[in-house]
Amino acid sequence: MAGVLDEIMEESEDTQKGKFLTFFVGKESYGIEIKFVTEIIGIQDITEVPELPIYVRGIINLRGKIIPVIDVRLRFKKEAKEYNDRTCIVVIDIKGISVGLIVDNVAEVINIDDSNIVPPPDIKTGFHNRYVRGIGKVGKEVNLLLDCDKLLTDGELDKIYETV
Amino acid sequence: MSREPMLEVYIFEATQLMEQLEEISIECEKSKKIGTEAINEIFRVMHTIKSSSAMMMFNNISVLAHSLEDLFYFIRENKGETIDFENLFDLVLSGIDFIKGEVSKIQNNGEADGSSEILVLKSSSLLRNMKETNAEIIKNDSTEQKEDTKHYISSYQSGDEEGKQKYVARIFYEDGCEMENVRAYTVVHNLKNIANEIYHLPKDIIESNDSVEDIRKNGFLIGFSTSERKEKIEEQLNEIIFLKELELLQVEEYPPELKVLKRKKEIILDQPIETMKINKEETPPLTITGKQQSIISVNISKLDMLLDLVGEIVITEAMVTKNPDLEGLQLENFNKAARQLRKLTNELQDIVMSIRMVPVSMTFHKMNRIVRDMGKKLNKEVELEIIGEETEVDKNIIDHISDPLMHLVRNSLDHGLEEKEERIASGKPEMGKITLEAKNAGGDVFIIVRDDGRGLDKKSIYEKAKLQGLVTKLEEELTDKEIFSNILLPGFSTNETVTEYSGRGVGMDVVKKNIDSIGGTISIESSRGCGSEISIKIPLTLAIIDGLEVAVGKSKYTIPIISIRESFKPKENEVIADSDGNEMIMIRGEAFPIYRLHRIFNIKTEVTGSNEGIMVLVEDNTKAACLFVDSLIGEQQVVVKALPTYIKKAKGIAGCTILGDGNISLILDVSSILDR
Repeated sequence: MAGVLDEIMEESEDTQKGKFLTFFVGKESYGIEIKFVTEIIGIQDITEVPELPIYVRGIINLRGKIIPVIDVRLRFKKEAKEYNDRTCIVVIDIKGISVGLIVDNVAEVINIDDSNIVPPPDIKTGFHNRYVRGIGKVGKEVNLLLDCDKLLTDGELDKIYETV
Repeated sequence: MSREPMLEVYIFEATQLMEQLEEISIECEKSKKIGTEAINEIFRVMHTIKSSSAMMMFNNISVLAHSLEDLFYFIRENKGETIDFENLFDLVLSGIDFIKGEVSKIQNNGEADGSSEILVLKSSSLLRNMKETNAEIIKNDSTEQKEDTKHYISSYQSGDEEGKQKYVARIFYEDGCEMENVRAYTVVHNLKNIANEIYHLPKDIIESNDSVEDIRKNGFLIGFSTSERKEKIEEQLNEIIFLKELELLQVEEYPPELKVLKRKKEIILDQPIETMKINKEETPPLTITGKQQSIISVNISKLDMLLDLVGEIVITEAMVTKNPDLEGLQLENFNKAARQLRKLTNELQDIVMSIRMVPVSMTFHKMNRIVRDMGKKLNKEVELEIIGEETEVDKNIIDHISDPLMHLVRNSLDHGLEEKEERIASGKPEMGKITLEAKNAGGDVFIIVRDDGRGLDKKSIYEKAKLQGLVTKLEEELTDKEIFSNILLPGFSTNETVTEYSGRGVGMDVVKKNIDSIGGTISIESSRGCGSEISIKIPLTLAIIDGLEVAVGKSKYTIPIISIRESFKPKENEVIADSDGNEMIMIRGEAFPIYRLHRIFNIKTEVTGSNEGIMVLVEDNTKAACLFVDSLIGEQQVVVKALPTYIKKAKGIAGCTILGDGNISLILDVSSILDR
């Protein structure tokens, strides 16, 4: 895992294009654009912060920097699962905001060409459809590509603050 | 934001000079006289601004500064003459405003495009008026004056002449060392510290270009008198770089060519510089060098970074010395070293904090201007008294109190102080008085704005608050302080008429918001007819606080020590609950509500029985309550960190901190918990 990360860091912006970090949450495989990922760390002690939505598990101390962590399972309204040694925190950085995503396990870094990405089906039944910006095909497998912006800022948090 | 260094320096210098000038002007106007020192100071400031603006091609500023300089040049020449103070300082202050405005335009990367023409015209017409009244005197003085400034630079005089020996030195520099004139100037400059008169040939070393040639050919001739011994001087002169030849002679009289200079200078020194001479003598020559503090200006963000870093070091130090791996080991030498480390980190922390401390005097003196301007507009005579301006607070805090203070002073002037007639009728002195006070008390700084005006009208405040649905209790049930605190609420203004300065009801809640954001509190006291007093209590610093660590379930919380009154273990039967399940406790005959932290924050814990945990009695300004926690961990200095922006603000949490073991502890916001 550390090796994967080093590779990522060494590569320049250009070569990051079309590369996705894939991870599992439950049975599904998700992909996230590599340029958002800062690092991957094992699960840590999480300090709970009161009065936050349930999927924001709290804050962690990342070498003196304090970042909030979101449980992706809970974010997608799946059942909570006990954390184990496969559980990872993917630290992403979007527009200067660092956030940790708790995922079941991290798989690999893959290349997906734009031609292999199709938009998600236009049915509103799937409850996490709105966080998926596309579906990437790699061989026979499919990856749900996440829209990081929406994952963090979809107004849900704001609504919660208003009611508190 | 990177600007050209030159521009950066210019902006910094201009801003400082303007503030300095403003202070002097207001001081002079208040005392209705202008001392020689003040004139010289203003003249100097204007001169600096003029030349640096011209250099930076800000012509509008330069022209204005030039015309003001002319004005003060004239005043300097005709000191003691009657001056139209009001017009003069109105002009100077509007000049300051103009320059300030232009500088801030430049600062925001804009063009300094304002036109100073009107001000310049005003200035010259004022000058003409003054000239007409004092027409005759100018003729006598001006010619002489012009000459002396030139010579004064190249000579230096201090102290008396007893016990001094006269020396003459001729200095030759090595061929091709270049810039002989600058080198010569350095020699003169160095000698100034020990000598009390210096004459040299060529006489204008820096200004004239011929001086280089002259020094190369004839050497640099210098005559001076000093009480130092010859060997010492020789030693000093020999240290000159690129020195080829040095002749040092002890003499009874200076050689003729230097004597000429001396005589010439003495004549000039006799009259116009008289006052300057007196000034010099007042301060003993020795302290002149000692007083020059070397000051550098540092970007505040660098200081913030330094502070963060020191905070990290404090945490890391605790991480190392309290490392669980060390438990149970006998480590005598390690402990010794660790103690030393702790001592040093504490010192480091103190120093970093002290770097960030700034006296409030600047902020206070800005109020002078507001009082002056408003007093004129509202036709009220007001005296501003400043107490404790040397009190120091963190730079961050200074930035936050400037606006609130301005609002408060405006309010006092506009609402608080009565009209002249009203004051006389009620037997008060005609001149109103506003007092600004700053003082240290424990870990807090108090900033107090006091006026001797009409005071707050308790009844009308209460009624208005009731009308707007801000209070529900009866008037008798509320304390004075509680009623007065209503004026801090948004949208509350008792002033019926809106004036230019205040009365829209936005002021006070902005004040409160600003003060809240730095963790301060406001309390208001007032008595009808005698005036009111608004005191702001702010913490000395925001970055590092003393906290009490408590445990609730698996989480750890930090309660700021300043808000803790006591902590104790309750007995089962002491806790009583009302019909709604609200718990309370009697302590020495007073009932306090109980907030169980695990309930407020919804934390799983095994400690629920009242006699199992610990009560911490906290207070904030007017309210107090008991917080119920599982156990106390200990007292600790913590470095306050903000919660991540993504989480924004969790109610009841002021921030967080990293503990010695790397875990995070949340810092409670006591006042917001008490407001529940």
